[in-house]
Amino acid sequence: MVDDPYLFGQIAAANSLSDIYAMGGKPLLALNIVCFPTCLPTEVLGEILRGGADKATEAGAIIAGGHSIQDNEPKYGLAVTGLVDPRKVKSNAGALPGDILVLTKPLGTGIINTAAKGELAPEEYIKAAVENMAALNKGAAQLMAGYDVHACTDITGFGFLGHAAEMARASHVSLEIWAGSVPLLPGAMEMAAMGMIPAGAYSNRDFMTGQVRLPEKISPEMTAILHDPQTSGGLLISISEKAHQALLEEMKGRGIPAAAVGRVMEKEEILIDLT
Amino acid sequence: MSPTKNIDCRGLACPQPVLQVKKALDSITEGAIEAIVDNDTARENVSAFARNAGYSAEVKKEDQNYRITIVKGTPVKGEEAGSGKPAREEVAPLVYFITSNILGQGSPDLGQVLMKSLLVTINEMNPPPLALLLLNTGVMSACEGSPVLEQLQSLYTRGTIIIACGTCLDYYKIKEKLKVGRVGNMLEINGYLVGEVKVITVA
Repeated sequence: MVDDPYLFGQIAAANSLSDIYAMGGKPLLALNIVCFPTCLPTEVLGEILRGGADKATEAGAIIAGGHSIQDNEPKYGLAVTGLVDPRKVKSNAGALPGDILVLTKPLGTGIINTAAKGELAPEEYIKAAVENMAALNKGAAQLMAGYDVHACTDITGFGFLGHAAEMARASHVSLEIWAGSVPLLPGAMEMAAMGMIPAGAYSNRDFMTGQVRLPEKISPEMTAILHDPQTSGGLLISISEKAHQALLEEMKGRGIPAAAVGRVMEKEEILIDLT
Repeated sequence: MSPTKNIDCRGLACPQPVLQVKKALDSITEGAIEAIVDNDTARENVSAFARNAGYSAEVKKEDQNYRITIVKGTPVKGEEAGSGKPAREEVAPLVYFITSNILGQGSPDLGQVLMKSLLVTINEMNPPPLALLLLNTGVMSACEGSPVLEQLQSLYTRGTIIIACGTCLDYYKIKEKLKVGRVGNMLEINGYLVGEVKVITVA
């Protein structure tokens, strides 16, 4: 999807740094891990690493070194170490019934990526998806530190519902998800309707069979988006109902496209109830 | 009707099967194409593409593969081969062209109530309309504070494409208040109006 190596580096780094933010931490040190073929010009590698370095700088982390190997396809990621006050660690296991679920980035990167590969996605859709993936979860993590947040996780390869289900399982609760309120990338629905759905979305969906109650009014395209594997997705935050409005307002003020997308319920037979 | 075009999509990774099928369908005005795919992702994606483009698609499992027959142009009537069920009669997808945030002339209060009532009713349709095109004050319906936002969001989650005219959003200075759907231009809106759809104008 991303032909620009500098952008690719930024997205890979934002993705790698996200875990630290999801735990309420601050990135400190990072190590580059890079695979690169001999047939590509080394300037490309330079650009990838520059993208990663710039994101690490934005995150306030230092790239202390790394490891590179020769491989057929370029691959890049970072091993990141962060710092967190042990009393303030956010895990995915603390969600409490009555909490509101806040999602901080729109969904659909896997679908737009597939459509971009198929050369069906207009430039504006790709641009929005790339900006979304390259954005750090730093602002969201900093803001949630000031609130009564009970649990947090980040949305990546298992899709929104997959990671939400992990939170529900770890917290011994069930979740009610308001599908109509889930923020979507521009064009995600349209591209899903054109069949630009990655295989990962289907395997995520099949893996969750029996754990999600899916009403008929939710279209197959919307279902695919809710299961779409995300690259550098947003944070899913479980926060007390009292505090959630203030957090959303503050995020809005900082330009973070967050939305309330559901509610934590007492544990029921079904893990996730879509409405 | 015998298949006019065969495409072998075995061994192709997503999204290639859909692209091959799309290319084949674009190259004919009427007739059937038969695509062979070898995995579930391709089967679901090709079916989704055909369904949303308004073509009938029929899937048959053959050994490790799926044979998908897609018919373009002529409405399918009578029995779908093999299924024993009467086929759904092909109807052109519906597009609502909405140029106002109230329905009809007269009292604006009544117009607002009627618009809500219309959108609630549209929401009960199965399948939902293909698209809502919002123009002039119609764009306000998709913005923050709209009394029908909930209905539009519900349609959106059911797969309806919602396009709000960018010039109109700019004119009313509410572009950043758009809550559902996306910004579109006249070229795109006209593309829907002249397409193979049934257009209903709401003014």
